[in-house]
Amino acid sequence: MKILAAFILVLVLAAIPYAGIQYAGMTTVFGIIIPYAAVIIFIVGVVYRIVKWARSPVPFRITTTCGQEKSLPWIKQNKLDNPSGTAGVVGRMALEILCFRSLFRNTRSELRDGPRLSYGSTVWLWLAAIAFHWSFLVILIRHFRLFSQPVPHFINVLENVDGFLQIGIPTLYITDILLLAAVLYLLLRRIALPQIRYISLIADYFPLFVIFGIGLSGVLMRYFYRVNVIGVKELVMGLIAFKPHVPPDIGTLFYIHLFLIATLFAYFPFSKLMHMGGVFLSPTRNLANNNRMVRHINPWNYPVHVHTYAEYEDEFRDKMKSVGLPVEKE
Amino acid sequence: MYNSGKIIIGLVLFIGLVTTPIWFNIGKADVKPDPSLNTPVIQQMKVKHCIESKQFMIDNHMRLLYDWRYAVVRDNMTIYKSTTGQYFTMSLETTCFHCHSNEKQFCNQCHTYANIQPYCWECHVKPAQESANGH
Repeated sequence: MKILAAFILVLVLAAIPYAGIQYAGMTTVFGIIIPYAAVIIFIVGVVYRIVKWARSPVPFRITTTCGQEKSLPWIKQNKLDNPSGTAGVVGRMALEILCFRSLFRNTRSELRDGPRLSYGSTVWLWLAAIAFHWSFLVILIRHFRLFSQPVPHFINVLENVDGFLQIGIPTLYITDILLLAAVLYLLLRRIALPQIRYISLIADYFPLFVIFGIGLSGVLMRYFYRVNVIGVKELVMGLIAFKPHVPPDIGTLFYIHLFLIATLFAYFPFSKLMHMGGVFLSPTRNLANNNRMVRHINPWNYPVHVHTYAEYEDEFRDKMKSVGLPVEKE
Repeated sequence: MYNSGKIIIGLVLFIGLVTTPIWFNIGKADVKPDPSLNTPVIQQMKVKHCIESKQFMIDNHMRLLYDWRYAVVRDNMTIYKSTTGQYFTMSLETTCFHCHSNEKQFCNQCHTYANIQPYCWECHVKPAQESANGH
């Protein structure tokens, strides 16, 4: 049901620019106003979310310890999995952000004959996640050819490596296939595994469908139903130079692609996609495990208003004496 | 806000990255492509017409050339029959470049603008005029 709702939502979202361009000719709305609005929502929203997170105090160092802590000199510390200094934390964060190290640790539990519970490593989720994220990044960087004039050289290098197979015309990009395959896997995983389907929400399916829609419309545009790429670049260059104008006859498919991207951008700050910023702020990863070396002061209850025994005695000394209780200071 | 120094550095980096296209292109002239049909051979043509219609060629020239390559190299088919019933030799160098002898002013206009890198010159020789210019 949730799957269907998210799917229909994305279909409706794709139909909006189709109707708007095909029947109403609203190229200014879909080519200029909506993209600008989406980018503004994206930037302001992300900054707002990050600042909001940064305003929450971290009361204690809650690092996850996945290896030997720094201890006596003859005990070997696991510097990456239980860092005690900045260098270790940077290494740990880099592995987490670039290689999804914690996802790589994903395990699966199975009840075998016996009955015997067994645990095994399962890397399929990690594999699909890494294929998806890196392909998405490469595709995003490749799009810079439409956002720059002249196009920097490293874009050409990236395109040549990505199109290394030289299949078809225009050349097939490896990342296009990887992205669609990985998104499809991540989607089917949610649908096929009952436990994961049970915990999945519309907010889980929706971004997957939107990203699949973006990828699909992009692939269709490049390989099947061609659009006027010169017109696309003119539109984009106009937008980023703040001299927007819409060239005629770009193709409706492009507006569907653009509208779905605008949807993703505008939806981003309100969604789970904020893990892009959140991964940098996860206290279980970005803090050094140095609780025994450095005093970490809880920011929300310091200074603590304490009433020591000496003060207590000062306050009640007369009363204590009068009932015969012993006092430390006369 | 806690750790405001690091947070602000991060946010500035984020905004800087997102707005890369804006500041990257400041002060750079946005030259629109303008493919030129002004070559001696085209000038002399009475009816200025490519092997197919203009719109077809704009949309499909790359596919046509791709199909030609396949037909010539794999199937030894060297004659193309256009939709108007005319026959042409399937050849980039002798058919296309016979009229479009100005690669820089014609092909490269759009290809450079949209950063399309056709790998024609891995096998083909560039038209003589362009080679003479040392391009």
